[in-house]
Amino acid sequence: MLNAALEIAFVLIAVAQALNLYRLLRGPDLCDRILALDTIGINAIAMLVLFGIRSASTAYFEVALLLALLGFVGTIALCKFLLRGDIIE
Amino acid sequence: MNPTSEASVAALIVLGALFVLLGSVGLARLPDFLTRLHGPTKATTLGVGAILLASAIFFSSGGSAAISLHELAILLFLFITAPITAHLLAKAALHRQAGTSDEVNAETRADDGHQAPD
Amino acid sequence: MMRRRLLPRPLLSFSVFVVWALITNAASLALLVLGALLALVVPRLTAPFWPQPPRLVRPLSALRFLAVFAFDIVTANWRVARQVVGPLHRLSPALVEVPLELRDPFVATLLASVVSLTPGTVAIDVDRRNWILLVHALDAPDPRALIAEIKQRYEQPLREIFAC
Repeated sequence: MLNAALEIAFVLIAVAQALNLYRLLRGPDLCDRILALDTIGINAIAMLVLFGIRSASTAYFEVALLLALLGFVGTIALCKFLLRGDIIE
Repeated sequence: MNPTSEASVAALIVLGALFVLLGSVGLARLPDFLTRLHGPTKATTLGVGAILLASAIFFSSGGSAAISLHELAILLFLFITAPITAHLLAKAALHRQAGTSDEVNAETRADDGHQAPD
Repeated sequence: MMRRRLLPRPLLSFSVFVVWALITNAASLALLVLGALLALVVPRLTAPFWPQPPRLVRPLSALRFLAVFAFDIVTANWRVARQVVGPLHRLSPALVEVPLELRDPFVATLLASVVSLTPGTVAIDVDRRNWILLVHALDAPDPRALIAEIKQRYEQPLREIFAC
C-alpha cells in the first residue's frame, strides 16, 4: 500500500513541477518567476522526503533542510533586489 | 510497521501530494500575480507539511524505539517562512505595478521587454 | 527577579531548546543538555538585536488560539483548493484594508503571518504609522465581512494573549 501511495505521490508532484516550470518560463512578470522558483524548491523538498521514505533512509533529511533554508534566503534576496535594486545596503 | 501507521502514512502522502499539485495548479492557472500568490503559500505549504508528517510517522514507527522529530523542524521552518515570502513578493509586485521603480528596476524591466506585458 | 536575570527571554529560550531538540532528533541526554545550555546562552548573546518583546500573559489562550489556527489552516486550504480548481470567473479578488487596534510590531507581524496562512488571504503590508493591515483576498465578495472576521477571529485573541 505504501509503495502504491509513493508512486501516486511522485506522479502528482511531477505534474506540479511541470506546472511550476510552465509559470517560470511564461512569466510574465519577474515576481511570477521568483514565485515559481520558490515553489519548485518547496516541491523538491517534498520529493526528497518521499525519496527518503522509499529508500527508508534518513540521509535525505539534511538535504531537505538545507534546500528549505537556501530556498528561503534566495527568494528573500531576489525580493529585496526587486524592491530596492540592491541586496546588501 | 503496523498496518494502522502504514495506512496513515500512505494517506498523508497522497493527500499531501494532492495539495502540492493543487498549489501548482493555482500558480499556473490563476489570472494575475496577487491571486497566484495564494496557491503556493497555502496549498503547497500544507501539502509539504502533510508529507513531512508522514515521514515523521514512518521513521518513528520503524520498529526500534527511536522517534524521528527532525521533520518537524522543516515543517516549523516552512510555516514560519511561507508568509514572509508571500509578504515580500506581494510587496515587490505592488511596488513594480505602482511604477515607482528606480533605475535598476527600469533596467530589469527593459531586459524583460520582449515578454508581453500582463 | 532571579528568574528574570537567568532567563531574560523565556519564550526565546524555549524556542531555541525545542528547535535544537527537533533537529538533533533528541537523540541523547548529552544533546539535550547541550540544547539547554544553548537556550541559556543564545538569548543573552543576541539580546542587542531584539526589539522589546511583548509579554505573553495568557499561555492557555495561546494554546487555544493555536488549535483554532491549525483547524483554520486545514479548512481554509480545502476552500482555496476548491476555488483553484473551480471556475475562475466567479472569484472576486480584492485588496482590503484592515484597521488594527493592536499597537505592537511583534504582534502585528504575528497577525500578518496568521492571516497569510489562513482563509484565502495574504497579508501584504503593515502600515505602522496608521496601523493598517493591507490584505489581499482571493475571493471576497463582501470585504466588510472579511475585515470583521479577521478582527474578531485573530486580532482579538492575539491582543488578549499579549495584552496589548
